[in-house]
Amino acid sequence: MSVSNMRPEGLVFGLAALVLLPFSGVAGEDFGLGVTPTPEQIAGWDKDVRPDGVGLPPGRGTAAEGEPLYLEKCAVCHGEFGEGIDRWPVLAGGFDTLKHQWPEGRPEKTVGSYWPYSSTLFDYIWRAMPFPEPKSLTPDEVYAIAAYVLYLNDIVGYDEELNQDNFAKIAMPNRDGFVPDTRPDVPVGGEPCMKDCPVDTTIIGRAAPLQVTPEDKKEPAVD
Amino acid sequence: MSREKREGGGLLLPRRQFVRTVAGSAAMLAGSLAGAGTARAANPDNLPPNEPEWAKALGPGVDATPYGMPVSYEAHVVRRWVPWLTASSESSVNFTPLQDLHGFVTPNGLCFERHHGGRAEIDPADHRLIIHGLVERPIMLTVDDLKRMPSESHFYFCECAANSGMEWRSAQLNSVQFTHGMVHCAQYTGVSLRTLLDYVGLKPNAKWVLAEGADAAAMTRSIPIEKALDDCMVAYGQNGEALRAEQGYPIRLVVPGFEANMWVKWLRRLEIGDQPWYTREETSKYTDLLPDGKARLFTWVMEAKSVVTFPCPEKPLNGPGYYTIRGLAWSGYGRIKRVDVSVDGGRNWQTAKLVEPVLPKCLTRFELPWRWNGEGALVVSRAIDETGYVQPTMYELQKVRGVESIYHNNGQQVWEVKPSGEVENVRLKYAS
Ligand code: HEC
Repeated sequence: MSVSNMRPEGLVFGLAALVLLPFSGVAGEDFGLGVTPTPEQIAGWDKDVRPDGVGLPPGRGTAAEGEPLYLEKCAVCHGEFGEGIDRWPVLAGGFDTLKHQWPEGRPEKTVGSYWPYSSTLFDYIWRAMPFPEPKSLTPDEVYAIAAYVLYLNDIVGYDEELNQDNFAKIAMPNRDGFVPDTRPDVPVGGEPCMKDCPVDTTIIGRAAPLQVTPEDKKEPAVD
Repeated sequence: MSREKREGGGLLLPRRQFVRTVAGSAAMLAGSLAGAGTARAANPDNLPPNEPEWAKALGPGVDATPYGMPVSYEAHVVRRWVPWLTASSESSVNFTPLQDLHGFVTPNGLCFERHHGGRAEIDPADHRLIIHGLVERPIMLTVDDLKRMPSESHFYFCECAANSGMEWRSAQLNSVQFTHGMVHCAQYTGVSLRTLLDYVGLKPNAKWVLAEGADAAAMTRSIPIEKALDDCMVAYGQNGEALRAEQGYPIRLVVPGFEANMWVKWLRRLEIGDQPWYTREETSKYTDLLPDGKARLFTWVMEAKSVVTFPCPEKPLNGPGYYTIRGLAWSGYGRIKRVDVSVDGGRNWQTAKLVEPVLPKCLTRFELPWRWNGEGALVVSRAIDETGYVQPTMYELQKVRGVESIYHNNGQQVWEVKPSGEVENVRLKYAS
């Protein structure tokens, strides 16, 4: 039931429902539909990992062990040093570029320069990589490959063992780089100008002809 | 289309082939755009006083097209993609042809696609939705189970946070399909998420919902419980039929007014927790980098936006005279209250007519009659939503956010109409 879609009479009911129902298991209709999943069924899909380490599976690995796996399974797209081949994502470097703005430069957002939590790296590789064969890696392989990606970013040592207990505790360089959404961030409200508005309508940019092939990576991308 | 898709989607194309592919698709695009703009020459044999050929012979019968397709004369109305934007077609996007749509509903086959691991094609018999975590009783549901529950149907727009993302720095793509086509609007039918969460019973510390897709990317997003209990839906229907595979068949999450990435397709799991997960799609991506090097996190709502869809680069004018300027407006905060249109780049504005129905978190069509005198013009629209928020100029947005934040570009779009009738995407200075 969408509170925001309701007409006034419905709104009263909608709000009442919000007050009564949010945190109780008693008010919902007992449909008797569905089955209780077994712990094994849930565990088979529940592979997400949180910043506090909840969800990390038992296992271990080092960058030294991850290097051959990375070169075999990841480097064809992400590059031997995480530099990214063609338009495939860059995984390493980009430090001190986050303030760069076009046309002087551009920010290079990578695991090392941008990601706030190491847990995200484990979670993502485990569910979605390698791109052509997702969900094919064992926990030990993920620990080792993730360690290698972190090593490429100078975040862990080559022989440092990462495991269920210490993986989420790795300090990521851009941990404090995020702020809450403070929009609306432009002038809001009031009656906008309708007549003889003082705007400079000089044309300062024109869409590039579509025939132009952009240089790799220098052009804006869909992220 | 399929030839480029195969080439563009291939891994690690040699450079020469890459350039050829891109050039080919650009030429094709230019051709189709030109075709869309110029009136085709009529065959005089079919015009009065003659009887046209279709009036003198029988047409195909009712058994010809069990599932109807658009007439061949509309074959140019298709989703398009830009191969060089992304490394592969499986992790890529195509765009809704806004320039050819009527009213505010997007036909299912034209809704833009954004996949992170290709399109999953799922047998509903093999699909399950598991709801677990901080709940009184975890549950595993089939699609049939969901269809036995009470349903709701609502029209909502669905906009990718990166829509217009290529336009931050300056005018880039000469096409409304590519500048604004990562939005669609459909009637979704399904079960209210609130109904499902009431059914499993939330524990008192339930604060966040993790939604997960069953596709190769196993897309995951954290959704705050207030939103989950407000107007979200688990949808199986779209515009009167089952969801299309590319829109998440058999079930997807609908998160009205919020960025499309959260509308998890091929939904297979909802986990209830007490804190967000900070998944890759809510840290590495879908965060908005500001000029001071800090990035905004959890920027969910799509703020008020509008765009003129006629005239536009794909739809030039054909000589001076009477026209109807048309466009679309929407806001993630509710209803569109008003849309103003200017033909002189924002110096003078007129309020456009909103075409009923005007629904919350839904595309709204606007129109303004215009007698074009044949001189150059700068056509631009600005939307105002029911909160009073006024769609900003690009200048105002860039002043606060710089040009590298990729997402949530809801700035005003300016089209230059040239004396020839051609239309170009331009950027104005605006600073005064
Ligand atoms: C065939 C090319 C390919 C291979 C091989 C591949 N990846 Fe990826 N990788 C991608 C693509 C494409 C994406 C972006 C997917 C999307 O759109 O969401 C990506 C994204 C990533 C990201 C997130 C980048 C970011 O900044 O958000 C990480 C980390 C990653 N891959 C790690 C790996 C690892 C580790 C391996 C090897 C086990 C691997 N990849 C193998 C293509 C590849």
